[in-house]
Amino acid sequence: MTFWTEGEPIADQAAPDGPIETRWERRQFGAKLVNPANRRKLTVIVVGTGLAGGSAAATLAEAGYKVRSYCYQDSPRRAHSIAAQGGINAAKNYRNDGDSVYRLFYDTVKGGDFRARESNVYRLAQVSVNIIDQCVAQGVPFAREYGGLLDNRSFGGTQVSRTFYARGQTGQQLLLGAYQALERQIALGNVEMHARHEMLELVVVDGKARGIVVRDLVTGAISTEFADAVVLASGGYGNVFFLSTNAKGCNVTASWRAHRKGALFANPCYTQIHPTCIPESGTHQSKLTLMSESLRNDGRVWVPVRAGDDRLAADIPEAERDYYLERIYPSFGNLVPRDIASRAAKNVCDEGRGVGPGGLGVYLDFADAIARLGRDAVEAKYGNLFEMYERITGDDPYTTPMRIYPAVHYTMGGLWVDYDLQSTIPGLFVVGEANFSDHGANRLGASALMQGLADGYFVLPNTINDYLAAGPFRPLTESDEEVVAARALVEERIDKLLSIDGDRTVDSFHRELGHIMWEYCGMERTEEGLTKAISLIRSLREEFWTRVKVPGTGETLNQNLERAGRVADFFELAELMCVDALHRAESCGGHFRAESQTPDGEALRHDDEFSYVAAWQFTGTGEPPVLRKEALEFEYVHPSQRSYK
Amino acid sequence: MNLKLRVWRQTDPSSRGRMVTYLVEDISPDASFLEMLDVLNERLILAGDEPIAFDHDCREGICGMCGMMINGVAHGPSRATTTCQLHMRHFKDGETIDVEPWRAAAFPVVKDLVVDRGAFDSIIQAGGYISAPTGAAPDAHATPVPKVDADAAFEAATCIGCGACVAACPNGSAMLFTAAKVGHLGLLPQGQPERDTRVVGMLEAHDEAGFGGCTNAGECTTVCPKGIPLTLIGRLNSDYRKAVTKRG
Amino acid sequence: MAGTGLLLVLFLFAHMAGNLKIFVGADAFDHYAHWLRDIGTPLLPHTWYLWIQRGGLTVAVVGHIAAAVILARRARLARPVRYAHRPKVQGSYAARTMRWGGVIILLFVIFHILDLTTGTVNPVGDAQHPYANVVADFAPSRWYVTLFYTLAIVSVGFHLRHGIFSALRTLGQQTPRGERRARAIALVLSLVLVVGYLSVPFAVTIGAIK
Repeated sequence: MTFWTEGEPIADQAAPDGPIETRWERRQFGAKLVNPANRRKLTVIVVGTGLAGGSAAATLAEAGYKVRSYCYQDSPRRAHSIAAQGGINAAKNYRNDGDSVYRLFYDTVKGGDFRARESNVYRLAQVSVNIIDQCVAQGVPFAREYGGLLDNRSFGGTQVSRTFYARGQTGQQLLLGAYQALERQIALGNVEMHARHEMLELVVVDGKARGIVVRDLVTGAISTEFADAVVLASGGYGNVFFLSTNAKGCNVTASWRAHRKGALFANPCYTQIHPTCIPESGTHQSKLTLMSESLRNDGRVWVPVRAGDDRLAADIPEAERDYYLERIYPSFGNLVPRDIASRAAKNVCDEGRGVGPGGLGVYLDFADAIARLGRDAVEAKYGNLFEMYERITGDDPYTTPMRIYPAVHYTMGGLWVDYDLQSTIPGLFVVGEANFSDHGANRLGASALMQGLADGYFVLPNTINDYLAAGPFRPLTESDEEVVAARALVEERIDKLLSIDGDRTVDSFHRELGHIMWEYCGMERTEEGLTKAISLIRSLREEFWTRVKVPGTGETLNQNLERAGRVADFFELAELMCVDALHRAESCGGHFRAESQTPDGEALRHDDEFSYVAAWQFTGTGEPPVLRKEALEFEYVHPSQRSYK
Repeated sequence: MNLKLRVWRQTDPSSRGRMVTYLVEDISPDASFLEMLDVLNERLILAGDEPIAFDHDCREGICGMCGMMINGVAHGPSRATTTCQLHMRHFKDGETIDVEPWRAAAFPVVKDLVVDRGAFDSIIQAGGYISAPTGAAPDAHATPVPKVDADAAFEAATCIGCGACVAACPNGSAMLFTAAKVGHLGLLPQGQPERDTRVVGMLEAHDEAGFGGCTNAGECTTVCPKGIPLTLIGRLNSDYRKAVTKRG
Repeated sequence: MAGTGLLLVLFLFAHMAGNLKIFVGADAFDHYAHWLRDIGTPLLPHTWYLWIQRGGLTVAVVGHIAAAVILARRARLARPVRYAHRPKVQGSYAARTMRWGGVIILLFVIFHILDLTTGTVNPVGDAQHPYANVVADFAPSRWYVTLFYTLAIVSVGFHLRHGIFSALRTLGQQTPRGERRARAIALVLSLVLVVGYLSVPFAVTIGAIK
């Protein structure tokens, strides 16, 4: 059976060459400009109001463009960027500890397991410096030291302190900064905001992205919105797993609709799984909650030595505990990178040694830390996290070890974009987690916020001019053929979903899809498992379209209808993720292929075969997609295997 | 556990709503309040009934999307907890639980437990920002900020805009929300140039949106999931007086 | 609200100080009452000062009530649909009883003026001998007057406990330490007023003042 076919390779035409330090400057200089007077005549649609979308909409409006912004939440302030805890990296070198733009670039390329573009990552590191300045000017209350200067910490195992943070709520504070800038532009009349609106289709006319079809989630009204360019900032697709740390509303629909219209989807199988989440407590579980990775600095991870040991943690003597991370990785111990810690937890649980309900959990024990540092010191460091854990589980981590389990957290894949962040559909730009981004196969801690804001504040507002300089494009009307077709597509789909009136709920399908993905396309993938998953997904998708029950009508607020549309797209994405995972017969970053490991069970990359971006072209639902490879070249950072033993 | 739920049902903004009783059986005490509603909704759908509409998103207490009155208390009985992080173990087996939407003229009901909090956005639009267009920023270390001020600003800035303060206020006032933003920005040196216009503009927008006046009753801060302190309202009052005096 | 309220609090203290003169004796008390009418003389003619003060107090009371009515009206408009499950009081009871407390106090003030200022409803009602009026007023047989008086004074206590704190907050009190202090000040002042005001009728009722 053919799961995919291979097409023409693809290249990033916008990327300048030459010395990496000057590429961004040269691209900015090379890009066409738009006369300020003409900007008022140009409209840009921005879908999503997270860090990338919010900052892009505000910045484009400041530049003088007419911006129309859309989000499915009731206010732009609620986008899921708000939940990011840890921090944001920037190569400020305020610590004089040897940090530099080059080192941040180097760490990010290496952290991404050599599957990211050097040019993009270098630009990200360059721009990181401006982000901090911008956010401070907006009033983002970053943590400070007694001298009044910004505090930094080291994060995710880096040897330099380059992470800026606002207690455990960095994402919230950065997002509110962008949100406030956006609200200011709304007040000035430069941005037209449409909250509780969901993009359901992309309008492509004359080969260019010219608008979107949206549904007003309150009234159910479908409308078409036109513009000279469309920016997608609609976030990641982790919710394909049903249980993830994403918000319940996070979805792939905007990206997927664009993909169906011709935008390539890159590296969909690259998923980041975070090791320290609170495990599932039962079948009612609707999402998973992340706890900061910093817990691993003092907590010790263990499971019982014997499978099926159901004694309470306190009753298991020291000799019958297996501190498996310390045992397998003596030099890094409990601080091994996210992917390794996650996979090790899965392995011990697969051996039947997991703890808690369903055996899906491992202990994170602070008894030693409390004995060594005292309860007060532990409380000062982790008090708020312990409180959160207790609120959710009802257990007191000071006396019983925490239970943790990995959960899907971030997706590195996304719509393919060039150096200008333009997709393969001219006029369609993609920013933030929605694009396949700068993280390669694995994202380092505190890099997601950096990328979202880099794209939105600094990169897109400079590169989009080059495209818009050719505008304004011809005015569109509701009766244009492509517009009518796009709208009809949306209406037909909604009618179809409402008319099936089957006997299974949307959530039951989503949950089942999530199980398949977690089982076969989660922390460890095999050829056999992925092949099986594809067939399971296909049959479940067919079942969905015959048995789903969506109550109510399309003319009011109908949260089940919203979910049904999103789940329908997740089915198609899930299949593509499995195909991508299947074709990539190597282990790298967030993608571990069991067939590709070193003799001692570590990830084994195959740079000779797989050093490329896998950009997929849509050919039809259930049809084999076309693989378009973008070769990756490493002129500055030379690929090496990671080792944490 | 088994529960008796009385939930506000209202089909759209213009229709009249009413409390409807549901018996919800076999709920895990480890489920969150919203997960309990999910379970109920799944059962309602399969029984051919309309599920209960409620707002929610991150389900980890930070987006501010969820919120409902639970037995007359905004976000329910646990202090400093949003509805999504409230767990059923805080209720008794067999308990009757009343669930209602936030009630305020400025927060019209959209459907069932869903309300429109757009009025909060209009308050922010009236000055809840620092005008710092992208690219215009000086180096982040150009202006040191005393740690106490930065910490106090952060504390004020943790507001999630859920609206519980309004829902709990006997006057239907959004003063705590407004004061949190005025306090956050006013405590930082970057926020000084617009300090006077901000407080005046935001208060005007607050009143225009139809929120009530503040009588310092303090219900807001007790239900606030982030514990935004009432003292910020004093700060807002003081800022307002100074701004108005300066204006003459 | 805060400005008028604080003016009224100042008056309450002055009034209480005068009341307590009753413990010194009938002559002292009556003399005090008469002196009140002579304040400002000879610059001002007899009772002019008193009328100025009464005018000022009336303006403060009217202003206070007007502000309260505006706030109450706004509150009602701000929540047109009530909660089916009546919200529990999470903050302070004093804060939640301001409006009803205010109404009780207003009714009391009217009664009080008719009773001990104009003497209309007082059993003695002799403007020349206020001491006698007071003693007659709180005689054990008129326990219901004492009870109403007590209820009113306790309402004043509650009203001020929140009122003084709230006024300080409105005037810009904004630190956590200041808040603790403001709450303590409000509590102490309210208690002093309640005790001070109640001491007179109870002293009469139990016969300590005859």
